[in-house]
Amino acid sequence: MSDDPGEDTGQFRAQVRDWLRAHVPAQPLPSVDTAEGFARHREWERELAAARLSVVSWPPEYGGRGASLLEWLVFEEEYYAAAAPVRVGQNGLFLLAPTLFAHGTDEQRGRLLPPMATAEQVWAQAWSEPEAGSDLAAIRASADRTSGGWLLSGTKTWSSRAAFADRAFGLFRSDPGAQRHRGLTYLMFDLHANGVTVRPIRQLSGETGFAEIFLDGVFVPDADVIGAPGEGWRIAMSTAGHERGLSLRSPGRFSAAVARLVELWRRAGDPADTAARDRVVDAWIGAQAYRLHTYATAGRLAAGGTLGAESSLGKVFWSELDVALHETALDLLGHQAELRGLAGPDGRWLDGYLFSLSGPIYAGTNEIQRTVIAERLLGLPR
Amino acid sequence: MRLGRSAEQEQFAVSVHDMLTAADAPGAARRWASGDRAGGLALWRKLAGVGVTALAVPERCGGLGAGLLDVVVACEELGHHAVPGPVAESVAAVPELIVTLADERLCARWLPGLAAGDLIATLALPPWLPYAADADAAHLVLLAEPSVLRLAVPGTRHQSVDPGRSVSEVSGGEVLARGPAAARAYARALQVGALASAAQLLGAGRALLAASVRHAGQRTQFGHPVGSFQAVKHQLADVAIGLEFARPLLDAAASTLAAGGATAARDVSAAKVACTDAAHRAARAALQVHGAIGYTQEHDLHLWLTKVRALAGAWGSQSEHRARVMAAIAGGRAGPELAWS
Repeated sequence: MSDDPGEDTGQFRAQVRDWLRAHVPAQPLPSVDTAEGFARHREWERELAAARLSVVSWPPEYGGRGASLLEWLVFEEEYYAAAAPVRVGQNGLFLLAPTLFAHGTDEQRGRLLPPMATAEQVWAQAWSEPEAGSDLAAIRASADRTSGGWLLSGTKTWSSRAAFADRAFGLFRSDPGAQRHRGLTYLMFDLHANGVTVRPIRQLSGETGFAEIFLDGVFVPDADVIGAPGEGWRIAMSTAGHERGLSLRSPGRFSAAVARLVELWRRAGDPADTAARDRVVDAWIGAQAYRLHTYATAGRLAAGGTLGAESSLGKVFWSELDVALHETALDLLGHQAELRGLAGPDGRWLDGYLFSLSGPIYAGTNEIQRTVIAERLLGLPR
Repeated sequence: MRLGRSAEQEQFAVSVHDMLTAADAPGAARRWASGDRAGGLALWRKLAGVGVTALAVPERCGGLGAGLLDVVVACEELGHHAVPGPVAESVAAVPELIVTLADERLCARWLPGLAAGDLIATLALPPWLPYAADADAAHLVLLAEPSVLRLAVPGTRHQSVDPGRSVSEVSGGEVLARGPAAARAYARALQVGALASAAQLLGAGRALLAASVRHAGQRTQFGHPVGSFQAVKHQLADVAIGLEFARPLLDAAASTLAAGGATAARDVSAAKVACTDAAHRAARAALQVHGAIGYTQEHDLHLWLTKVRALAGAWGSQSEHRARVMAAIAGGRAGPELAWS
């Protein structure tokens, strides 16, 4: 017996590992948030899809292998351990696809999922608005009925990948008389359609990882509505559950990062600095806890269980773990930590750190998550 | 490996919990602290009645021969109810130590009594556990050193911050075992004792969270229950997160230790670190949420607050356990496999 909860998936693990070893680019690709990098990441996704490894958990007819949740977790561990490229299509793969599987039509799945699997179409998310952040139900961007479809108007912002993506999905107010969570519709639109203006926004890293989207009477056919008009909130919340829960931040990401942190400690750590040692150990313990917890949850889901407000526990945990882990690495690097473009394996820590800082904010701020935990899991009064 | 607990183990936890609730364990702990042991000893006999003291004893010696995860489940409930006495020692470490010696004479001498609840045992295991806990309440006191096991003679007794707990200096008496057998028993007792105390801490943390949620829902200030204020909610949410992610480490450590896995020391230490941190955070938040009433001995909260502080340093300090984790993860070759297999 090993301590590997994924041990029954050994053959699949070996297959994924061998393929990645043979195919992951030796030199890291240019950043996904540059025009060149975006194109290079799209090519990588095509290669991954050709090996049927881009969407292992999807049914075969859409480009997947029908892998179990456990196998998907194993795939993710191997993917991160191999330092393979960032998934340029992740908004579509991990947010939109689960929604299409749960609420879409056969026609939508057949039309949208295969090009998503090959990154021929890359999706951006369009949830937030200037006046609707944590309070997502304050959405103002509107969908007005027109012949055969809807006309979208308003502003979306903090749209990940929108600077270079092809299409986007989000919530729009289709019933101006309805308040808050009611009267919202889940729609998909083309980022190159008439009436769409995309303004890339430079992030802390200096790159344009997200953008503002201005919509002025953008036509969307009825075929690109998910679920019934007015049902958008309920449908989106099932997607938000996926984002917070298992699919957005699989444990493999932290397992791989903490293995690099331990390697950094062996190379650069001062054995007498027990405070730094303890931070490295705590990062390892955190990654191990998240991994064990996720496998246990996957087992529960496989046995017919459901995931509700519990996913808020994990979201706070992994986002804080990610920041702590990267801060520890930068502190070990000392005076080199601030240097952009540091050569070798240490060059990844700064970008990773800047990205980790967004974790407690996106996918529902950690303040919102803590309130969900207190009210829905602990039963404290509203 | 098994992930999480079986339905039978969950049911066992419920039955221990129900028994301890009905028996008013905190009341027994209070009387125990004032020197009246009768209620606490009656509680230990009830624990024997539901099988807790027999879990780590093999069937041929009058026990149940249960698994380590069952021992963990039981110790978590004992921590949850602030059961007084040498819990990790008598329920887990001492029976496991004696079984590991594989000396039938010693097994016959003590294990049936331990299983039946007639005998409460404790030990010192220097340098990890230099004092024997609650030696004055124990019928059997051992001194385990890395290569020799002796009966112990209790000396100076020190009162713990936990009013229901004392620790005693011990000196060595009759030699029970030497050499490799004693060394194996020493190592086993250390792992199992640290694991059991981690379980106790997790249980205490759960009790502190539950008490805080109850209090915050009832106590009204400014015309609202204090639990409706975000500052209170978010503190308790953080407590819940800490406890939630400590438990998988605890259960995994029980599994690898039971299976004799090569990573057992690493996993036990990780569990002890995480359960201690989670319980400590629960204790701090609980005291803050309860306010001044929690700072008294009139309220039961102090039973858990002081037990968490006492157990945090027993069976190895946080620093010692973190050093042990680091030795395991940085000692081998690099790469993701290092950390996970």
